[in-house]
Amino acid sequence: MPEIRYVKAIADALSEEMTRDERVIVLGEDVGAPGGAFGATKGLYQQFGKERVRDTPISETAIVGAAIGAAANGLRPVVEVMFMDFIGTCWDQVVNQMAKMRYMFGGQVRLPLVLRTHTGAGLNAGPQHSGSLEAWAVHVPGLKVVMPSTPADMKGLLKAAIRDDNPVIVVENKTLYAMKGEVPAGEHVVALGRAEVIRAGTDVTVVALSRMVHEALKAADLLAREGISAEVLDPRTLSPFDRKALLASVARTGRLVVAHEAWGPCGFGAEVAALAAEHGFRSLKAPIRRVTPPFTPVPFSPPMEKFWLPDAERIARAVREVLG
Amino acid sequence: MEPTREQALAIYRVMHLIRRFEERVAECFAAGEIPGFIHLAIGQEAPPAALCALLQPQDLLSATHRGHGQCLAKGAEPSRMMAELFGRATGYCRGKGGSMHLCHLPLGVLGTNGVVGANLPIAVGTALAAQIRGSRQVTVAFFGDGAANTGAAHEALNLASVWDLPIVFVCENNLYAEFTPQAVHTKAARIADRAAVYGIRGVRVDGNDVPAVFAAAAEAVEAARSGAGPTLIEAMTYRYHGHHEGDAMTYRSKEEVETWRARDPIPRFRAWLLGRGMITTTEDGRLAEEVQAEVDAATAFARESPWPAPEAALEDVYA
Repeated sequence: MPEIRYVKAIADALSEEMTRDERVIVLGEDVGAPGGAFGATKGLYQQFGKERVRDTPISETAIVGAAIGAAANGLRPVVEVMFMDFIGTCWDQVVNQMAKMRYMFGGQVRLPLVLRTHTGAGLNAGPQHSGSLEAWAVHVPGLKVVMPSTPADMKGLLKAAIRDDNPVIVVENKTLYAMKGEVPAGEHVVALGRAEVIRAGTDVTVVALSRMVHEALKAADLLAREGISAEVLDPRTLSPFDRKALLASVARTGRLVVAHEAWGPCGFGAEVAALAAEHGFRSLKAPIRRVTPPFTPVPFSPPMEKFWLPDAERIARAVREVLG
Repeated sequence: MEPTREQALAIYRVMHLIRRFEERVAECFAAGEIPGFIHLAIGQEAPPAALCALLQPQDLLSATHRGHGQCLAKGAEPSRMMAELFGRATGYCRGKGGSMHLCHLPLGVLGTNGVVGANLPIAVGTALAAQIRGSRQVTVAFFGDGAANTGAAHEALNLASVWDLPIVFVCENNLYAEFTPQAVHTKAARIADRAAVYGIRGVRVDGNDVPAVFAAAAEAVEAARSGAGPTLIEAMTYRYHGHHEGDAMTYRSKEEVETWRARDPIPRFRAWLLGRGMITTTEDGRLAEEVQAEVDAATAFARESPWPAPEAALEDVYA
């Protein structure tokens, strides 16, 4: 299998879907001629032209609204809102318009649109460029939310999102953009709504999101040396969440740890823990543990940011406590 | 450009329909038959009626929380609209939307909208799709003087202008943002002047004068259709009722309301039609009766329509 970078997986998915379906267009700040602030839309402008690959003003409300209107009138837009921290600027369009339109119009409208955005601390980008706000979107009916952790899933989930007839929020991780990974050659679509067991284990289930999947895998290596067998489950799609996969894993291991970069209170981990407690309580041999950052904004300075971010060691510690 | 007789009579009929429909809505709301919130545009019938007379069925319309008139003008059936306002299963949105979320896609009505200013970016999107698809559809986006101060309005006007989109922005300036007079919320009173900032055409018209609105709208729709980009029309008008039904209207004087009632668009346009010999008093009387019967039938339809099954609340979230 060819190895490609996570960011190239995005460009490849967009290019393939734009070739396959002329209704797919791309909108966003610097997505056209510049190829995207991180290179995620590199080459599309040259390949498809300025009609379908549109640089926009710094007007998140207008461009997300435009994507909604364009989707309602026959296109399949992919709109980029760079850093997820910026999504507050267009949150009305996401929550009150995009998510509710089909429902409040009694099912008359289909909105096949994708909103790409990225999260992730670790680049010293500071409090307004590092946040992980995926839980906001998961909370809202009418939206689907994916959070790919590998180049293969990035490509496959983005392609599935573009083909879906609903609004899909694709939450990328900017610290993974340079990551290389194997991506199946040819057509590669990953169905929405399916979690994946990345590493099988018997003693504990570690549910991890986005970059924390890789920290969880490192933790599983550390723990293996201590004779602890950790299963790592990547939900990949947060909404609709693959509840069956979670409960099946917890039934196998009897213990649950959840790790993500978003804050703990009302974070996705709270939902995972609640589902396990509500529907898998009899499988549980120990209390559930969440591994999340401190309840503060993401600090800028490198030592503080490193202290703030959850990592493999913290995940391993939580697992040991659960097994204690 | 003046409306033809056919257009003029269609406009006049629609204005009557909006007026009678909304008067009936006020009665039914007061009687407890219509749940929720209701915002009426009685007195503001001219802009939607004149604009929609210039549109094709495939053209798109985006309206505000005060948007019954726009939907009726674009051809929505009063019966299914009234049923939606009543919360019945036969409503356009099967009872999921109500007054602030009316939609009928086959007529190009992409919704009234409960969030002030939020419909404008979406209208930019329908116009964008029309441009990319080469569908020759024009989008008309209505908003108010209050919405003119939202960030969404600024962003939408700028984006539409920079892409030369086939869209007409119609600001119905009724002088109040909810309860707040324009002098309190806007220093530069002429919203049409903002067009210059975006490099597009801007025109202010007497929004209670049908031929004036029609002339401005005809140019704007033609410009949009022919690829010459957006126009911002500011139509000066007035609502006789409050921001919402039940609003005590302590913020404006009786004299002010009476001044505007004297400029009522319907008698003014009737005089214009009679003066041009486009309608006789007999025809006028018959038209009024027909419209009244249509609204009566719509009300009866709504009253007799079934409530939605409670479990229907679970449908229509995802496609």
